[in-house]
Amino acid sequence: MDFGLSEEQTLLQDSVNRFLEAEAPLTRVREFAEQQTSDDVWEGLASLGVAGLTIGESAGGVGLTAFDAALVSESLGYHTTPSPYVGSAVIAPMALTRSGHEEHPLLGDLAAGTATVGLALNEAVAARADAGINGNGEILNGKALYVHDFGAANYLVADQDQRLYLVDAGAHGLARQPLANIDQTRVSGALEFRDTPATCLSDDADLLATLIDVGRVMLAADSLGAAQCMLDQAVAYAKEREQFNRPIASFQAVKHMCAEMAAALEPCRAMVWYAAHAIDAAPDEIRVTACHTKAHTSEVATFVAKTATEVHGGMGFTDLVGLHYWFKRIGYNRQMLGAPELIREEAALAQGL
Amino acid sequence: MDLSYGPEYDAFRDEVRSFLTARGADAPQDRAKPSENTRAWQRTLIEHGYAARTIPKEYGGYGAEPDILKSRIIAEEFAQARVNRGLGGQGIAMLVPTLLEVGTEEQRQQFIPPTLTGEMTWCQGYSEPGAGSDLASLRTSAVLDGDEWVINGQKIWTSTAHIADWMFALVRTEPEAPKHQGISFLLLRMDTPGIEVRPLVDMTGTANFNEVFFTDVRVPKGQIVGNRGEGWQVANAILRHERDSLGDPNATLTRLNALTELMKTETMGGQRLIDHPTYRDRLMRIQGRVMAMRFNDMRILSSNINKSGDTALARMVVKLQGTELRHDLEALGIDVMGELGLGYGKDNPYVRDGGSWQFHYMFYLGLIIGGGTSQIQKNIISERGLGMPKEPKLPATR
Ligand SMILES: Cc1cc2nc3c(=O)[nH]c(=O)nc-3n(C[C@H](O)[C@H](O)[C@H](O)COP(=O)(O)OP(=O)(O)OC[C@H]3O[C@@H](n4cnc5c(N)ncnc54)[C@H](O)[C@@H]3O)c2cc1C
Repeated sequence: MDFGLSEEQTLLQDSVNRFLEAEAPLTRVREFAEQQTSDDVWEGLASLGVAGLTIGESAGGVGLTAFDAALVSESLGYHTTPSPYVGSAVIAPMALTRSGHEEHPLLGDLAAGTATVGLALNEAVAARADAGINGNGEILNGKALYVHDFGAANYLVADQDQRLYLVDAGAHGLARQPLANIDQTRVSGALEFRDTPATCLSDDADLLATLIDVGRVMLAADSLGAAQCMLDQAVAYAKEREQFNRPIASFQAVKHMCAEMAAALEPCRAMVWYAAHAIDAAPDEIRVTACHTKAHTSEVATFVAKTATEVHGGMGFTDLVGLHYWFKRIGYNRQMLGAPELIREEAALAQGL
Repeated sequence: MDLSYGPEYDAFRDEVRSFLTARGADAPQDRAKPSENTRAWQRTLIEHGYAARTIPKEYGGYGAEPDILKSRIIAEEFAQARVNRGLGGQGIAMLVPTLLEVGTEEQRQQFIPPTLTGEMTWCQGYSEPGAGSDLASLRTSAVLDGDEWVINGQKIWTSTAHIADWMFALVRTEPEAPKHQGISFLLLRMDTPGIEVRPLVDMTGTANFNEVFFTDVRVPKGQIVGNRGEGWQVANAILRHERDSLGDPNATLTRLNALTELMKTETMGGQRLIDHPTYRDRLMRIQGRVMAMRFNDMRILSSNINKSGDTALARMVVKLQGTELRHDLEALGIDVMGELGLGYGKDNPYVRDGGSWQFHYMFYLGLIIGGGTSQIQKNIISERGLGMPKEPKLPATR
């Protein structure tokens, strides 16, 4: 019995963290927030093997597991790194290989980090406003909102019958409209389809559900990392900042805020590990653990986001320390692919309740 | 990550299961007071290695090599079969490990065997009216007079003191020493002249803890565990065991299942509570929290077995998160029943599950306070887990 990270996994996470500390510090995050492009960070990550992390070696990837992918996602969240990771390195490869497209040329390009895939899957979870996709297996009509990694060159789209499609960003009849979103480390937009040709990858509703669950676990891992970073920053700031002739870290009110954050967050780590491991090893458990992991981690991370900001006082509210990038990242993750109430209900249904 | 226990352990699990199938029905229901029935069951369990498993044979245990996974399997299977796991209590949980660690050979021989079989029961005399969270400021004194300690003072919140045969107590033996270095760990019979026990009724309506008064109580000199003035270290090694056992997520899971059943049967305006979106979402929130604590527990278990991974923080949060979670879970049990949830006591035809939701709701508030309050846990997490400084001390007021 071994519930933990292997040596290789620790090394993987360390090397990604080292790279991000050096190459994607907050100044880069700020640049991205203004220009909305981070190609060279993604190139660097790709050269570390991150783009091809879950892609088989025959297609030029590294052939690692969803568990490994969640660890990288945690690191990206810790550094609020802008990257097309979840769609391009995790969901798209899984969508292609599990739908019988192991030979698809896109896989090699994804592994090399030269192709990207955005996710237009929110409508498959619950359609909002005037969104919703109608497909017939070849042609799509309708609208997808808040597409994840909107700047990608391809999109995964799901229709009303849970069919999954791959669509070229330049496809005929596809109108793309950027949508400013609160989290400037992510690019969002709307896709409008008018008789747009699309490649149907799968009509298997279970596969689509699994892909969405995998996305949820990756977002939960991202929130875990982002919340951990906020907690670390709060503790470090509290030890340095002095008021009333003493470090504020010696005030019990401040200590207890930090203890509450740590106490709620630390168990989320084991939870993310388990949910990610289930993707690889316990298919029957994916549904319930993915829903609960994303819902619970989002609740905890939201609490940490607020509390860690408070520990910083007025400084936390400013743009100067940039804490708000983490705050907003956690807020983004919370709503994408199903907000907590919605997916707790999915968890209940999945248990026959 | 490898969550299987392996073939050797699967075989062991089968063994435990066949025992439970064959003998489970013999188990008595009570756990607190060892009746003759309970003691007979305890002996059966020790004989098969399901109680006192790793205690050496010479002290009346089963004498197995410590094996964390086997102990876990026993716990899982007994919980699953809902069969009495034998005697618990502070003697077995806390005193026996203390004696194994620091007791003399004579003390081990004298106290461990009868404690394991329930012939000798114990209470823990630590807290005092003036020494709760700040336990090291305790003042009950023991003065050596010839071959005897003479004890004067008062303990409070002493669980089971009214039924226990013996007490292990912290007393001040070196009044001149700094407060942590003046304490000793003594064993005393509860029928020693000069001891008076006054039960205290708690909020659940039962009287399970007590005030204990000492007036010139004389105890043989040899009934000290560890050296004079080292009682604080002796007690601390064991307090950690207590904290580990408070807030166990596996017990909480059993209770979550009972809550789910309750919500499937209980109705409101003809609608099952499990179908009511608000209550349903509260149940799912609690389930998410229970899940997080169970996986946290697996992480700790794995680190115990493999002696790997940094789990210091994961352990530190268990008492705080676990007891608060359990209290919230029991609260939902009451809320889903609304006014029916007010039922308490035996002669009420509308009371559910014997009033256990109200009882545990209150009982777990007691556990949030006992064994180091939630606030003290947060001090520990922030200071030892996050490296934040202690609060500056005020000058002493007395
Ligand atoms: C059900 C139950 C069973 C018990 N059984 C036993 C037993 O068998 N044997 C035994 O010896 N004792 C027992 N106790 C006693 C228990 O250990 C104490 O009640 C507990 O340690 C708290 O001490 P206190 O009651 O004096 O509260 P206090 O220490 O007076 O605390 C009062 C409040 O002040 C807060 N506080 C105190 N110090 C600090 C601080 N430094 N920072 C922040 N907040 C602080 C506390 O968190 C609490 O909210 C039991 C208690 C309960 C509830």
